[in-house]
Amino acid sequence: MDLEYSDRHKALQQELREFAAKEGHRSPKSGGGRKRPDRKTLDWQALLLERGYFARTIPKEYGGYGAEPDVVEAAIIADEFNKAGLYPGIMNQGISMLVPTLLEVGREDQKKQWVETTIRGETIWCQGYSEPGSGSDLAAARTRADLDGDHFVVNGQKIWTSSAHYADMMFLLCRTEPDKPKHEGLSYLLLSMKTPGIEVRPLTTMTGRAEFNETFFTNVRVPASQIVMGRGEGWRVANVTLKYERMLLGDPNKLLYRLSRIRDLMERTAVDGVRMLDLPEYRERLLKLQGEALAWKYHGMRLLTDMANDVDSGVRRLIVKYVGTMMGHRLSSLAVDVLGAAGLSYDPQGEDKDDDEATTWHIDYMYDIGLIIGGGTSQIQKNIIGERGLGLPREPKTQAAAR
Amino acid sequence: MRFGLSDEQKMLDESVRGFLSRALPLDEVRRLAAAGSGYDAALANGLTEQGVTGIIVLEEYGGVGLGMVEAVVVAEALGYAAAPFGFAGACVMAPLAIAKAGDDGARSELLGGIAAGERRVAVDFSALAGTTGAAELTLDGDRLSGTVQNLLDPGAATDLLVALADGRMALVEADAAGVKFGLRKTVDRTRPLGTASFDGATARLLDGGRDVAKDVLQAGRLIIAADSLGAGQRMIDQAVAYANEREQFGRKIGSFQAVKHTCSELVGMLEPCRSLIWYAGYAREHGMEDAPLTILHAKSHLGEITREVSRMATEVHGGMGFTDLLGLHFWFKRITFDRQVLGGPERCRSEAATLQGWAAA
Repeated sequence: MDLEYSDRHKALQQELREFAAKEGHRSPKSGGGRKRPDRKTLDWQALLLERGYFARTIPKEYGGYGAEPDVVEAAIIADEFNKAGLYPGIMNQGISMLVPTLLEVGREDQKKQWVETTIRGETIWCQGYSEPGSGSDLAAARTRADLDGDHFVVNGQKIWTSSAHYADMMFLLCRTEPDKPKHEGLSYLLLSMKTPGIEVRPLTTMTGRAEFNETFFTNVRVPASQIVMGRGEGWRVANVTLKYERMLLGDPNKLLYRLSRIRDLMERTAVDGVRMLDLPEYRERLLKLQGEALAWKYHGMRLLTDMANDVDSGVRRLIVKYVGTMMGHRLSSLAVDVLGAAGLSYDPQGEDKDDDEATTWHIDYMYDIGLIIGGGTSQIQKNIIGERGLGLPREPKTQAAAR
Repeated sequence: MRFGLSDEQKMLDESVRGFLSRALPLDEVRRLAAAGSGYDAALANGLTEQGVTGIIVLEEYGGVGLGMVEAVVVAEALGYAAAPFGFAGACVMAPLAIAKAGDDGARSELLGGIAAGERRVAVDFSALAGTTGAAELTLDGDRLSGTVQNLLDPGAATDLLVALADGRMALVEADAAGVKFGLRKTVDRTRPLGTASFDGATARLLDGGRDVAKDVLQAGRLIIAADSLGAGQRMIDQAVAYANEREQFGRKIGSFQAVKHTCSELVGMLEPCRSLIWYAGYAREHGMEDAPLTILHAKSHLGEITREVSRMATEVHGGMGFTDLLGLHFWFKRITFDRQVLGGPERCRSEAATLQGWAAA
């Protein structure tokens, strides 16, 4: 254990405080995520990249800051941004999932072409993974991509493609080798959403908003060079992306930020004139969650250390998505309980307006269920933890189904 | 920068674990539990050789001079082995209290003996810890009177260290005049608690103020939490091994999702606790501002998580888990014990609320 602040760390902390004081007013309230980042968000993103407060460890030649991985630096940055209430930078599927995937297994020209423009928030990606007939059984994907000259021709349907309606690009898992066993017949393609033959239809969820889409492909032509790794290696690439997706879904910083918002809410909300923070039943729940969230924070620091040292975290990493998303829902559950009956007002706005506080929490409370299901359900995660992490035997039936 | 154990800390961990796994096969745990004294000379000597008794005692006093990260590593190993050995009170709280609140004479006289395993100090901090069985103690000059009933690590104790409600601490020799000292069997037969009554017994006063006594208590809480982490990990390891071996309906029970998912949940609950414990040890060692809060959460969170772990891991074993035969219950009881001593989860959360200004003091 070595978390001592060196002079360099103290200097970074000081630098961040000065940055917050001087530039903090330029921070957007929120951005990325559900809509295309606006000018203010893109400018802020560019500033963060320039100062190394975002994509700090991504190499300079791909538009990052090129710093050595350092868990304390990462914690200091997250902490100071959190304290100052600054927007920590854009989080979207391109940045959190595709970029690390390309950095891990992409070709040099693919890294050069896509990493910088993606982390700047200029290129928005969506994920073409699930299909109506292949959700948990992702490797059963049936969307076809047949080679025709120097192009793949894509036909089929994807579902749960969030942000597809404004995305520039898609990373697509599709079947290029229909004669091979299911896991060996997949490829991973990068394609422009402006390619003719793509149709995007919004999919309304329980929140009342259309956070997802269905995406249809009819003879969509994709240059054969836009494949990541080789033909038939899509399952491997997809699993690299899933690894990063699951880390993102269990992100401790998001949960700690939520915890501090709930404490704030409990100071402002009262029943019979007594603040919720002063009601022992509610305070006890907050404290329990604080203990969980702190353990999660330090677990996250341990994983970052593993990554920086190229250590396989094994079961420690496999639990992240399951544990993190469940904790997220326990947090939003407390928030809606604190809001109580008064907080049942629900009035979701469009993508360009901010929701009120009660609506935001209720959306989170429902959306958390989506996160528990998406990216591999809790049940799938528990299979993975048990089988890959603990070495427990597979179900005989799934074994027979050529997994 | 590193969040994780150093090579030296890993070596310590392996060494202590290696020794304990050789010294404490299940039959030996069973034998020592039946004896019930919470102390075994051969085991204690071996642990002294491993540096366990002197782990936090400075080298100038004959100790190993390591810190709280190493201490939590050792505590986890002891919990994993269900070791009938007093560590939290005798090897951490006592030397810490003496080092922080004792004079030079007390330090040079006592710390070396603790490190060498010759002085074993049972510790009762119930007056500060917020648990049942509160200590009723008075000091008249250097004369101690009153009773305690929750002495941690009483096995073969040579000295008794008690905290008064005002934060003064008093150290009394166990066989001094005016001291009646005995063992109280607990649900965890590997670890009895001690009872003592004092009738004007001559005490050595360790008065570092209430903050020092609270700090000693926090250190003890962290060690107990680390102990329960080890016990919980052992129960999970045994559950996974059993699920990989036991067959029903013609297949390994671990291939059934009901059992597999239970094991996965156990890991999901306990694994992050290790990072919490390591961080709390590090923060305590380096005097970081968030150390007390982290320790309070470590004690309360581990108490909650290991209770679930102890139930679910037993369930994975089915009826066998409920028998004496497998010995799984030694770890169940270790977890039961650890939750209650030095203040349970509710108490620790209440202190955490006060500490953060979320509740009035």
